[in-house]
Amino acid sequence: MKIAVQSAGFDLGAEVEALRRGRTDIGAIASFVGYARDHNDGAGVAALTLEHYPGMTEKALADIVAQAAQRWAVQDVTVIHRIGRLSPGDPIVLVAVASAHRGDAFAACEFLMDYLKTRAPFWKKEETPDGVRWVDARASDESAAQRWS
Amino acid sequence: MKLRLLYFARLRERFGTAEENVDFAGATVAELLAQLRARGGVWAEELGEGRLFRVAVDQTLAMPETGLAEGAEVAIFPPVTGG
Repeated sequence: MKIAVQSAGFDLGAEVEALRRGRTDIGAIASFVGYARDHNDGAGVAALTLEHYPGMTEKALADIVAQAAQRWAVQDVTVIHRIGRLSPGDPIVLVAVASAHRGDAFAACEFLMDYLKTRAPFWKKEETPDGVRWVDARASDESAAQRWS
Repeated sequence: MKLRLLYFARLRERFGTAEENVDFAGATVAELLAQLRARGGVWAEELGEGRLFRVAVDQTLAMPETGLAEGAEVAIFPPVTGG
């Protein structure tokens, strides 16, 4: 299991290969990458800054991964979340799940993203033409997380 | 008891501080929030009825009835928006 909170970027291919390296029991890896958009809620976004709660963030992510491992036959997981100032097009978050079969990998990957979005202490601040604003939490993210319970 | 309070994101900016140490004579998160609201102004506004925020005690999400112990780290922050 790899959990990283970092300002540096990441490479999807390299992370997937790192999960697979030296193993022949893995039958499926499902991955998700989230990117910074150039628009949100009707306004252009020139950049965004991600703040987090050092200490709690890592614990929250480890807890979410542990919950996924209890629910699905997961062989290994990588979660990387970036912090600091990002530009449109920059990758923000990576979740990759290795399993023997695709069903567990797909489901655990989606669960991890839904829980990360509603339970891990990160906050986004956007730079728009009208100034800087904190992003509001979306009700749709909460309902996406609720469907797993 | 003494508590260490942390504020994040929009609430950190509204309160004008990232952390502080407070003396607390109560027992629960709800009682701590009442003490902070009693400061009035932005505290009463942001922590008032119907406002959305989260509380973590010792880095775990907490409920109003969660108990507080000497030296606890209590963080108050807006709903999260990562990912």
